[in-house]
Amino acid sequence: MPPAAPARTLADLVAALADGRIRIIDLTQTLSPDTPPIVLPPEMGQSWPFRREEISRYDERGPGWYWNNISCGEHTGTHFDAPIHWISGSNLPNNTVETVPVEHLIAPASVIDCSKESAADADFLLTVAFILDWEARHGRIPARSWLLMRTDWSKRTDPVAYQNFDETGQHSPGPSAEAVRFLIDERDVVGFGGEAIGTDAGQAQHLRPPYPCHYYMHGSGRYGLQCLTNLDLLPPTGSVLICPPLKIQQGSGSPLRVLALVPAA
Amino acid sequence: MSTPLPRPRRKNPILRTRLPTLPPGMRSRFALGLTAAAARGRLELQHCSDCGAVQYPAREACHRCLSDRLAWRPVADAGELIADTRIHVSQELFFRERVPWRMGLVRLDCGANVIAHVHRDCPAAPTRVRVLNALDRAGQAVLTALPEEGDATMADDPQLRELTCDPRDRRILVTDGKTAVGQAVIDRLVEAGAEIVWVGYSEPWKKFPGFDRLESIPQVTLMPLDVTDPVSVRELAREIGFKTDILVNTAEYHRAYGIAQRAGTEVARAEMDVNYFGLLRLAQEFGPVMRGRGADGQNSAVAWVNLLSIFALANYPPHGTFSASKAAAHSLAQCLRAEMQPAGVRVINVFPGPIDDEWNQLILPPKLAPAALAAAIVKALRESVEDVYPGDIAQDWFARWRDNPKALERELVANP
Amino acid sequence: MAVPVTIPYVRYSIRGAHWFAGRALKELVAGSGLDKARIDGLCFSSFTLGPDTAVGLTQHLGLSPRWLDHIPMGGASGIVALRRAARAVQAGDAAIVACIAADTNHPDTFRRTSANFSVFARDAVYPYGAGGANASFALLTAHYMRCYGARAEDFGRICVAQRANAASFPHALLRKPMTLEDYLGARPIAEPLRLFDCVMPCAGAEALLVMREALAEAQGLPHARILATIERHNAFADDPIQTRGGWAEDRDALYGQAGIGPGDIAFLETYDDYPVMTMMQIEDLGFCGKGEGPDFVRRHDLTAGGSFPLNTSGGQLSVGQAGAAGAYLGLTEAVRQLTGRPLGRAVRDAAFGMVSGFGMINYDRGLCSGAAILARARTA
Repeated sequence: MPPAAPARTLADLVAALADGRIRIIDLTQTLSPDTPPIVLPPEMGQSWPFRREEISRYDERGPGWYWNNISCGEHTGTHFDAPIHWISGSNLPNNTVETVPVEHLIAPASVIDCSKESAADADFLLTVAFILDWEARHGRIPARSWLLMRTDWSKRTDPVAYQNFDETGQHSPGPSAEAVRFLIDERDVVGFGGEAIGTDAGQAQHLRPPYPCHYYMHGSGRYGLQCLTNLDLLPPTGSVLICPPLKIQQGSGSPLRVLALVPAA
Repeated sequence: MSTPLPRPRRKNPILRTRLPTLPPGMRSRFALGLTAAAARGRLELQHCSDCGAVQYPAREACHRCLSDRLAWRPVADAGELIADTRIHVSQELFFRERVPWRMGLVRLDCGANVIAHVHRDCPAAPTRVRVLNALDRAGQAVLTALPEEGDATMADDPQLRELTCDPRDRRILVTDGKTAVGQAVIDRLVEAGAEIVWVGYSEPWKKFPGFDRLESIPQVTLMPLDVTDPVSVRELAREIGFKTDILVNTAEYHRAYGIAQRAGTEVARAEMDVNYFGLLRLAQEFGPVMRGRGADGQNSAVAWVNLLSIFALANYPPHGTFSASKAAAHSLAQCLRAEMQPAGVRVINVFPGPIDDEWNQLILPPKLAPAALAAAIVKALRESVEDVYPGDIAQDWFARWRDNPKALERELVANP
Repeated sequence: MAVPVTIPYVRYSIRGAHWFAGRALKELVAGSGLDKARIDGLCFSSFTLGPDTAVGLTQHLGLSPRWLDHIPMGGASGIVALRRAARAVQAGDAAIVACIAADTNHPDTFRRTSANFSVFARDAVYPYGAGGANASFALLTAHYMRCYGARAEDFGRICVAQRANAASFPHALLRKPMTLEDYLGARPIAEPLRLFDCVMPCAGAEALLVMREALAEAQGLPHARILATIERHNAFADDPIQTRGGWAEDRDALYGQAGIGPGDIAFLETYDDYPVMTMMQIEDLGFCGKGEGPDFVRRHDLTAGGSFPLNTSGGQLSVGQAGAAGAYLGLTEAVRQLTGRPLGRAVRDAAFGMVSGFGMINYDRGLCSGAAILARARTA
């Protein structure tokens, strides 16, 4: 059957949203001063945590209005990583949030559930084998789609547990180097998304190459999404992600609202 | 030996809080030399540089030879109490609320006759005494006759307590307990008899060394506090501000960069955000409520201690941006002093030399041990000293700075 | 000295010092029968005239004097004003000098005056309990008692006698009879001083005219003569604590000038801000030796009709202290006694009287002192 006229498709979409046949799931963490920031070794430049300073609140500073000045890093909270963020993507065309093709910003998503494994092992790495096993049950990962690693890490609302530091650094799940290469070379994903503070595992500095998800994804002009939440509300396949970052001149990333369109069960 | 002060009882919440009043605070400019000496915990009087005569009260010309070259120099504190009285009717509210108030006339061994407050343990005149120069609640120097031999209960004299900020039985906030200095201060305050020590710490996911030990101290309660987050500061102030008698701001961000060694302003901003704006946020949230409690019974709000740095007086170029942030904090601390003055809350500024910690790793010794710094802070609280220069380096730099600040500036360039 | 004027004392007044000065000047004019314009010299003292001085009063009250002085010497202002005015008249710089002291009193006046009394007091005394002069004189009293064995009862004798003197003095604010028990049982102000050791600050004025004897006679004005005066300031500066005033240094000159001795003095008006000062004046003015004051007081009846009439109108301790007018209280009383026109009880056979002034605790001691020996008029 031929595809419906685009106007009709859109109208159907709007109608489906209105009557709940298609639901919108918010995959975004709230930005607050408690939002855990990325912490690098003290010699490195640090990314700002989120801060909100009142300008006025119906008072002598502004009698009829309330507003704030906000400050944070480009990579604070739920955020989008553009290729220029990593040295491997520094020379690619259209590699900033300003120049990212908008066509890439609405894309389907596959959600791989690693929550049980991550609960048992904070350093869990998503492997090629795990991915193939998932595809056996849910079908091949479509090209130009997002691969989202569900770990339920966002349910760790205690910041200590979320950051999960010990004397050897942070411990959080992420993809193995081979899994990243596979997703790029064999499946042509548009990007990788996770619930922890980085797309790479907490101990990824010890992988080869270090931080392989950043290195390879951005090195091939692809994107990252971090600090996602509510991945447990998404079906393994069939969601569509809407994730446009702020249009920051020469920006390497930005906090953003990540929405998933999901067919009602 | 007099009755030691009992532990303060729980305050009756229905009773109105007594508002702060101050002793008379007007002084001539030339009389402020005594205040400058008291701020550093010293007894100094004017000496004529030409004929040597000691002058008291302070004046513009020598009473013996009319020379105007009058220099403030230390004097021995021993003397004789010649006459004393207990005032029952006073002209000023501050004393009216505290009569009977003992005062008298002391003839110092150096020859000056001084009117002084008299400690309750001094026998009736005539008797030998020693004279203390300390700041009163108005922030001005006053002299107090003390018994020659003191004992443990001496600090409890109600008149002496109006001069000091004794941590005993008081509730104290130490804003950063993560550092060695913070922990040394906490230990010393607990040892000095603090009733409660609230310990602020930021970035809870970085469990810091010493956390468990602090948690195990009965007087200590660990509280989340990030001085870069106005919401965090406000929430803590809402929870404990109205009970905070002493605030010790140990929060500090310290990196070792000048201007050229680091591109961008991110490090300098972080230093300012903690060292300067952190102080501002704390002052905005805790200041008003502490001001209201300046006269609130035995454990009133009484002091605010700022951990600055001797680098605040003269920039230390290898730690140039850190120095600048401490200079900014120093200026703001003077503003805070002015704003706390009407409530009689003492603002104590501490200017240590390099501390023996990781950020001063490359500085040659002598460096200040955190325990020594903590001891200096507790001493300042007990003795109402207002400007503290603990340790050899701080004393040396301060002397050089007073003598010739331009020379010190050059010395820091030549020998960083 | 003629036309002694007292503007009645009140505890508090809504009027300013200028009002009391104006009333005093009016009474001087009325009492003298002279035109106001004949008053060509003005000497003024006050704690509450500010920001005016005697200068402002000339225009305020419509005087154009050819001699003008402002005396800020507290309780010594009367004696010193007398000296200045007498010298001016002697030298021909003025013919008729009005000497006036006037002060108002509002509820906060005493505190304000105490808080800003002098540079040394502000810097080095007031911060120590803000007790004002009461605290300073408590120290002097305690020391004096210890050195010379004075007891509270001895000071009490002075106060009780002066209260008895005040009973007949119409301007006295405190006339309720007082016994030694009342004195000893009064509430403490600054130990060892009690309530009745301290004057009551109030509003009022005192004044008199100074002119040549011949002019007073020609005008038919009852008058007293000035035989001798002394003054000295910051005397005995090396004494560690004040046990004597400047009179001790100059009393021989005083009696020498007058040509009489202490035994000739019929009454003594001391500056009685505190009983201990009265004792010191009795000693330093030669009526007994240093430290013999307590014994002297015990041995004498100090009432107006007694063996040593002291502060015969009641003194400041019973009449009240109208600021600087307290310095003149003894002078106007002396003139009244010597002209045979006392307002209260008369001192019999008063040929010679002595008035003493003292004042200005600048730091730890009263700096100003003075005294005058006065005599009846020759024609009296």
